[in-house]
Amino acid sequence: MTVESTAPRKPRRSAGTTGTKSTAGKRATARKSPGTEPELVQLLTPEGERVQNAGTAAYDKYVADITPDELRGLYRDMVLTRRFDAEATSLQRQGELGLWASLLGQEAAQIGSGRALRDDDYVFPTYREHGVAWCRGVDPTNLLGMFRGVNNGGWDPNGNNFHLYTIVIGSQTLHATGYAMGVAKDGADSAVIAYFGDGASSQGDVAEAFTFSAVYNAPVVFFCQNNQWAISEPTERQTRVPLYQRAQGFGFPGVRVDGNDVLASLAVTRWALERARNGEGPTLVEAYTYRMGAHTTSDDPTKYRADEEREAWEAKDPILRLRRFLEASNHADEGFFAELEAESEALGRRVREAVRAMPDPDHFAIFEHAYADGHALVDEERAQFAAYQASFADAEGGN
Amino acid sequence: MTQTESVKNLALAKAINESLRTALEADPKVLVMGEDVGKLGGVFRVTDGLQKDFGESRIIDTPLAESGIVGTAIGLALRGYRPVVEIQFDGFVFPAYDQIVTQLAKMHARALGKVKMPVVVRIPYGGGIGAVEHHSESPEALFAHVAGLKVVSPSNSSDAYWMMQQAIQSDDPVIFFEPKRRYWDKGEVNTEAIPGPLHKAQVVREGTDLTLAAYGPMVKLCREVADAAAEEGRSLEVLDLRSVSPLDFDSIQASVEKTRRLVVVHEAPVFFGSGAEIAARITERCFYHLEAPVLRVGGYHAPYPPARLEEEYLPGLDRVLDAVDRALAY
Repeated sequence: MTVESTAPRKPRRSAGTTGTKSTAGKRATARKSPGTEPELVQLLTPEGERVQNAGTAAYDKYVADITPDELRGLYRDMVLTRRFDAEATSLQRQGELGLWASLLGQEAAQIGSGRALRDDDYVFPTYREHGVAWCRGVDPTNLLGMFRGVNNGGWDPNGNNFHLYTIVIGSQTLHATGYAMGVAKDGADSAVIAYFGDGASSQGDVAEAFTFSAVYNAPVVFFCQNNQWAISEPTERQTRVPLYQRAQGFGFPGVRVDGNDVLASLAVTRWALERARNGEGPTLVEAYTYRMGAHTTSDDPTKYRADEEREAWEAKDPILRLRRFLEASNHADEGFFAELEAESEALGRRVREAVRAMPDPDHFAIFEHAYADGHALVDEERAQFAAYQASFADAEGGN
Repeated sequence: MTQTESVKNLALAKAINESLRTALEADPKVLVMGEDVGKLGGVFRVTDGLQKDFGESRIIDTPLAESGIVGTAIGLALRGYRPVVEIQFDGFVFPAYDQIVTQLAKMHARALGKVKMPVVVRIPYGGGIGAVEHHSESPEALFAHVAGLKVVSPSNSSDAYWMMQQAIQSDDPVIFFEPKRRYWDKGEVNTEAIPGPLHKAQVVREGTDLTLAAYGPMVKLCREVADAAAEEGRSLEVLDLRSVSPLDFDSIQASVEKTRRLVVVHEAPVFFGSGAEIAARITERCFYHLEAPVLRVGGYHAPYPPARLEEEYLPGLDRVLDAVDRALAY
């Protein structure tokens, strides 16, 4: 006979479990749900079953009135994002992009959090937030300019309140904090969300962002996608405690959510954003997920991780579990999935054609926008460059 | 000239204080932030009294974290603010160097001009005050080397006032190097007459035999050198460069075409210093006018020394005169 223990349980998969203190254990007791990480907020199991218990009660209300239409919308977002991502990977393989950072596996974390945002909220992404960009209405082809090498960003951050991709990881958490300080000064009730990963969590800038946001009570949500790997280094190399617990030391709450569960990601982010809007300050959300692909197209994960690990996570696929839920609850029929498949292929085609048609920038783009108010040296060097280029034209003309 | 409301005799630090006050009054988006800038008014009192008059929301005492100061200033600028941040001392800017170089300098270009970064980073710099380690350095070349940044340094109260006005109005990030040893030097400031563009050099003493080019704390020294040289019958022109990026090569060229000799003076190490860039470009521009190679006087390629040795390390009257003698001997 099995008696369910009520004693605090230790997280099964977190760095330095020997150092894990009672906080994790208490959360584990409060939010235990069979078959998941103990301290994880999960609303949909990998099998697509809706979880509702004492542990989820605090977050259930944020998705209580979600309609079948909205659920299908989340599904559509994830499928199209994955399709776009796959197309970009192919385009890199075909030589159309220099590099691609795939989000494969992280669709739920990104769509769930991205769809929790209001239009007037502001997003500070890393370079892998293609799903969030999708939610913000950024044209997917705009994301590809920097990976093709025609610009270093290029979209108008204020057009969709989606800032440029940040490659020096962690830097953007401070920009988000400063922006949020500005929001508070303006008396607005917008919120700001900063995306970063388990690797960036080691950056000093992230610690400084936690400090600044806490002492100024800034309306910012720190959304950490713990995808288990920072290129080749596992999360264990970044931290000795579960990442969400870091928030406690800075004086604001942290919560770990199942990042492969779009519903839970949506609910927890809504909760954190509500805190921001209510003047309750920052929140750390650790979305526990998995980078199914390589770090980028230049990476080779077979050098550092086992296939079995990937296979175990495939069973927790974010899209599959929502499909199971939609099917079991009769929220979507075959027609829906077939239509989405066609839309998905059309998106792939559109992205492919747009990238291939993307022109190389004019040579003089080197000098453009180096400064807003101009700079004498830039003017001088531009003129020298023009004369140099013109010298070839002269030579050709003289022949 | 009669002393009117708009003409004041101010110490350089007070001139910056007045300039900040003017900017804060004129534009509600201007913020001042840094360590100890609030109640204390900054360790040099440059922001003295501002928090009392403009409140904690605009004169912001920050946590002790330079990267955080500049990083949040970037975010505030993205929100439409015009932050003026203080780095307490030159040697403390390096935790923020990443944010300044990889983010602040490049944001405008990365967005293809769609965002602007009107952030002023104030840095008290240079030696001569007998300070401890990391409080006397001159890292301006490390910023001038970075495209996207503008780098300026006033030498007197009037420029301190007006260059700060212009730096705050600039839509580009400006690294504003304040010559801390001149903070207490007084000078006339006319708050109604703009002396000229931010990045234009000024001839502060006319001469015919040799040009001394300097900025910030070394301008005063160069004027003293010119006085001393005049007693020996030599006529030196002194050029206050004011801006290190962009450098006003046209003004240097015009002066050198007249005097045919150039000595550049800065506290920063000579090696890869701004003098090296000036020497290279002026040699290109004025090759047939020069009677002597461009000489440089500055710090040595050694860590900034303990205070008891700084007079030997820093350019002084005799070291600059020695370079003048060598240039004139060609």
